[in-house]
Amino acid sequence: MLKLPIYLDNNSTTRCDERVVQAMLPFFTEDYGNAASRSHPFGWKAEAAVEDAREQIGNLIGATAKEIIFTSGATESNNLAIKGVAAMYRKKGNHIITQATEHKAVIDPVKRLERDGCQVTVLPVDKYGRVSADQIRDAMTDKTILVSIMAANNEIGTVQPIADIGKLCKEKGVLFHSDAVQAVGKVPVDVNAMGIDLLSLTGHKIYGPKGIGALYVRKKDPRVRLEPIIDGGGHERGMRSGTLPVPSIVGLGTACLLAFKEMPEESARTFRLREKLRTGIMSQLSESYLNGHPTERLPGNANISFAYVEGEGLMMGIKDIAVSSGSACTSASLEPSYVLRALGVGDELAHSSIRFGVGRFTTEAEVDFTVDLVVKEVNRLREMSPLFEMAQQGIDISKIEWAAH
Amino acid sequence: MPYSDKILEHYNNPRNVGSFDAQDPAVGTGLVGAPECGDVMRLQIRVNPVTGVIEDAKFKTFGCGSAIASSSLATEWLKGMTVDEATALKNTAIVEELALPPVKVHCSVLAEDAIKAAIKNFQDKQESVVGEAVTAG
Repeated sequence: MLKLPIYLDNNSTTRCDERVVQAMLPFFTEDYGNAASRSHPFGWKAEAAVEDAREQIGNLIGATAKEIIFTSGATESNNLAIKGVAAMYRKKGNHIITQATEHKAVIDPVKRLERDGCQVTVLPVDKYGRVSADQIRDAMTDKTILVSIMAANNEIGTVQPIADIGKLCKEKGVLFHSDAVQAVGKVPVDVNAMGIDLLSLTGHKIYGPKGIGALYVRKKDPRVRLEPIIDGGGHERGMRSGTLPVPSIVGLGTACLLAFKEMPEESARTFRLREKLRTGIMSQLSESYLNGHPTERLPGNANISFAYVEGEGLMMGIKDIAVSSGSACTSASLEPSYVLRALGVGDELAHSSIRFGVGRFTTEAEVDFTVDLVVKEVNRLREMSPLFEMAQQGIDISKIEWAAH
Repeated sequence: MPYSDKILEHYNNPRNVGSFDAQDPAVGTGLVGAPECGDVMRLQIRVNPVTGVIEDAKFKTFGCGSAIASSSLATEWLKGMTVDEATALKNTAIVEELALPPVKVHCSVLAEDAIKAAIKNFQDKQESVVGEAVTAG
């Protein structure tokens, strides 16, 4: 029996794996020591657990344990990487390169630095949401100190050519940061093979707890230094002070261990289910369009626009399925997704987009149910849509003079 | 965002979905909103030219659930009203009836605009009919 509602919003967050929760529990009530307490076994146990977690996290991304800095999540990791580099390498230069579809947790810190006097280049993307190493090469100046390009996009699932960009940055001696929250645990990520100097990841996207993340900071070739944002007890090599949240860290470590062990099989499975969902829906609905790259994308992500149907309206019809929409009808601005806009998707189709995120716990039956419901509701709403009627009558909607409101 | 039962009711069972012949002189058509804003409403009224009573109303809407519910409710109310009564309909009445949250008030504004546009379209047609009659005479 299907349990409703069905969760298909795994790009937003994921259910914490039961094995992760079990691993965390003892660190609340039994081994509750402060990892910085060097004088008694409570502290030693906590510290050992933290070091195990560092190892597990490092292992998943090809890094060493010593290169992992714990943070409250990817927003903090991104802020620390970007602002930390800008402050530390100020004498070397002040130019930062990023791209248009980055998460706000990258865009906004970069914008703040721009207001504070940094030079910023935000590169445009192609229609699939990709930038190229050549674009970055052309944008580099002798003042460029940092390139920040996400590994995979949260809305459209597009995977960036990270290894090419990393190679270029090495060649030019520019630091390379990648927000890899969506990619880690879903597609192979290796900081050395990809030439990444700083990498952000977070627990809750990989079936771990919320409120814990990590920043990988390269220690060798080159040794990356950061100006901290949070000062205090000098934890995490002085880069991020604050008592370590041991249970959460154990949770993040366990989530990484599970991802490391299970990723090949799991990604093949989520990919198969995603394809079943995508082809099931798109083969039955004319004028439905996949947003993002057809092949270079996260295995579990499908972002589909349904012409003539508004995304939020559709979500109400498929309320038994938890998804998100590129429509921003709920926000005061009425602006649709800036990511879809950057791809050149028209506002009308951006308003009509739904993001489906298949994950570890998605079942075949849930996908079948989703396909049927989405097809039924899109057809129902199209019968109710003046735009669909006009299109059927051969009226070109783009030629009408709409009164924008 | 939680929706009121009345919004859900209209969304799930919209009243008066459909179209009239826009060329019919007794029909007024209002098309408001814009696809790039995520809302387009088309509201039509069929008016008895003798009594001035709206005998039927239909809509089609591209938009969120609140936009669909607002236009559905509007057509329900319009039926049986005189054109003058319909002109006096305010968006606030829709906000109240559907318990629209503040962020959705613009949906009711759009519905009011659609009603006014439909009435204007009907009245323009009537004037041109009268005008033609005068010219012919």
